[in-house]
Amino acid sequence: MVTLTVNGKTLETDAAPDTPLLWVLRDHLGLTGTKFGCGAALCGACTVHLDGQPVRSCQLALANVGAAKVTTIEGLSADRSHAVQKAWLELDVPQCGYCQSGQLMSAAALLAQNPAPSDADIDTAMAGNICRCGTYNRIRKAVHRAAEMLKAEGA
Amino acid sequence: MNANLAQDGTSRRDLLKLGALAGGGLLLGIGLGGCSKPAALGGAGGQPVAWLRIGGDDSITVFVDKSEMGQGVYTALTQLLAEELGVALEAIRVEAAPVAPEYVNNLLGAQITGGSTSIRDGFEKLRKAGAQARTMLLQAAATHWGVAPGELRIDGGAVLHGKERLSYGALAEAAAKLPIPKEITLKPATEFTLVGKPAKRIDTAAKLDGSATYGIDVKLPGMLHGAIAQCPTLGGKLASFDGSAAEAMPGVKKIVGVGNGVVVVADHYWQARKALEAVKITWDPGANANLGSQGIRSRLRNAATREGRGVRADGDASAAIKTAAKVVRATYDLPLLAHATLEPQCCTADVRTDGADIHAPTQTQTIAQATAAAAAGLKPEQVKIHTTLLGGGFGRRLEVDVIPAAVLASKAVGKPVKVIWSREEDTTHDTYRPPAHDEVVGAFDASGKLVAWKLDLTGPSITARMFPPVVATAVDPFAVEAAANFPYDVPNVAVNYNREEIGIDVGYWRSVSHALNCFVAESFVDELAHAAAQDPYAFRSGLLRKQPRFKRVLDEAASRAGWGKAPAGHHQGIALMEGYGTYMAQVVEISMRGNQLAIHRITCAVDCGQMVNPNIVDQQVEGSILFGLTAALWGEITLAKGQVQQRNFDSYRMLRLPEAPRIDVHLLASGEAPGGIGEPGTAVVGPALANAIFAATGKRLRSLPIAKSGIVTA
Repeated sequence: MVTLTVNGKTLETDAAPDTPLLWVLRDHLGLTGTKFGCGAALCGACTVHLDGQPVRSCQLALANVGAAKVTTIEGLSADRSHAVQKAWLELDVPQCGYCQSGQLMSAAALLAQNPAPSDADIDTAMAGNICRCGTYNRIRKAVHRAAEMLKAEGA
Repeated sequence: MNANLAQDGTSRRDLLKLGALAGGGLLLGIGLGGCSKPAALGGAGGQPVAWLRIGGDDSITVFVDKSEMGQGVYTALTQLLAEELGVALEAIRVEAAPVAPEYVNNLLGAQITGGSTSIRDGFEKLRKAGAQARTMLLQAAATHWGVAPGELRIDGGAVLHGKERLSYGALAEAAAKLPIPKEITLKPATEFTLVGKPAKRIDTAAKLDGSATYGIDVKLPGMLHGAIAQCPTLGGKLASFDGSAAEAMPGVKKIVGVGNGVVVVADHYWQARKALEAVKITWDPGANANLGSQGIRSRLRNAATREGRGVRADGDASAAIKTAAKVVRATYDLPLLAHATLEPQCCTADVRTDGADIHAPTQTQTIAQATAAAAAGLKPEQVKIHTTLLGGGFGRRLEVDVIPAAVLASKAVGKPVKVIWSREEDTTHDTYRPPAHDEVVGAFDASGKLVAWKLDLTGPSITARMFPPVVATAVDPFAVEAAANFPYDVPNVAVNYNREEIGIDVGYWRSVSHALNCFVAESFVDELAHAAAQDPYAFRSGLLRKQPRFKRVLDEAASRAGWGKAPAGHHQGIALMEGYGTYMAQVVEISMRGNQLAIHRITCAVDCGQMVNPNIVDQQVEGSILFGLTAALWGEITLAKGQVQQRNFDSYRMLRLPEAPRIDVHLLASGEAPGGIGEPGTAVVGPALANAIFAATGKRLRSLPIAKSGIVTA
């Protein structure tokens, strides 16, 4: 059994140590909000946080997670109250929505590092997340909107 | 979970119960062609058929017949029902409808989501269902109070009589016993309070916290997981396999041969994937063992020397060309494309001896049911289709190729099995957008007037495979879109179509032949404008005097984009189209530094008739433009030895956020009938961009993708 910390809970799994974290989350722990898109760190649909840093969970073996704290879309907030979730809702960002868990996790990680990102900062942070429906312009607006919300909350 | 989005079939089981009890609620089924059914009804096999259910607890549920693949149908169709029912959009829960004749798409003849038909098909159906239910509720209330229905009014999910109030839920049981009214009057557009107004999507919240359930997320008790390998050569088959090493691996339950592939079934998906690598498979590549992209191109070019079948003939184009003062000719070649839905193909099958449940992100419930039944050895009515959310559709999920393997795997192990394709399987086993080889001629008389237009299209037919009866005597209508409806005022027009199969299956890809034919037609109109030494916008405008809807979007796009007034170093291209009953024009503004392309702005003017939800229309226009831009810039599937050479997003490139240009969408108010909006934008952006590149460089792009011409994005 391997022990890991996901969304603040300590969980045990019998998944083999070489299993990508993505499939541990989805199949073994029932957290299906994290999506499979490419299996090669090319699309970002599987983005989760590892100690606050965005990582592609399809490329991270369970054995390498160690004591790091894993946060998935289900743990971003208890009630969709994270600024990115509120901004995404306000601007009605998703279309099919399949990529949006990854988009939100990338955006949340960006804002944690950089509370007032420029367009260029957003370009850099979000370039790894493909949206096949083409919601990019709303995503860009929503990241800026979330930054405003965070600023207002902090004020 | 968003309270408005019922998923996973739990509430469908409630529905079955309610339908069987037929009490305590109103379950309204509306037959095709206006024929009525009993108010609380159970359809064939005990499966209730209905548009909406009003529960004794005041809950209102709409059963949406169209698949939600991002295009917003769960919201827009619900808005139509809410409008006539007189309730807020938020008051209604959405469930995916089961398979039933009542849900046949009148425009397509089966239960299908595609062809940008959802609003066009549902615009009356959903409003009618709402109006019928409202009428029955009013009658039930009128009977209760002993007054005429005309003395009552509705407000917020209740019927009011003076200060007295009866909620819809309280009236539902009595209303369900009334006949469904045949004569109903729908609200005129002038009285719409919800339709035509921007509204937030009802499915957004569930897509922000991981609770939305896509096909890949289906969980059933006792479910096992399947990974699949299919013959790398398109059209090839499984010859034999040795699974002895794989069978010994952890979690592996069974290895199943499935015709064109092998499925490893295991306790968990990653176990299945690992074990699949250990299966020794011998393939039978079949007839395509030597098929390559060059061969496909030659085949189309050779076929183009044949006379095509006439699709349109105004005047005599060939004669006019012979006697013309100036003739311009060009040849265009367009590539195969993959759909690349971000959710890979997947299906969960639970096959038993007496029936089966299929949980799938499908665009075609009718065909999914028939396919699953055939694979399972069951009758179609023994198969229930549970439509999940779709992680993108774009026409890919009109195909049912993912279903048989899941059915066979489930049958082999006697348990539910979820099969998920790898990205590589998805990219290499698509049904690709057809390639095309098109020849086009324009001719001017001595006065400089355009007197002839001749377009000869050559390519394989999708419909010949999917719906053979449609093409038994006619040209594939989904091969000649944006060609047969050539809008310009030219006295001699000939459009011909030459069907040439290429050995592999081709499929419906967002905007289908519009994306092919609009590129050719609108690029070549641009060529003719330059040949006539005219401004491309003025040239088009002069030929559209009899086409007010085309002219309106053209003028609007040009004006909003500041046509002819681009900053120094910037260049513009323009294109237009009618498709799906929607008129659209786009202006793309770019600059070039050497071979480096920068796209600064895309301006799009749209007349899609009566809109239901402008928020969703705006989303669809933006998204469809970026979908078309991705294809125009980079999209190409190539074959060698019958195998697709692109495998993942490194070799089949997708547009990313930094590459998304500013898009200005201008939605024009229109009293015309609703048009489709999911697809037109995809077709128009390519030629508008290519025309801008010509304006900047003098280089005419007659084949795609643009990247192949040595142009890179800045």
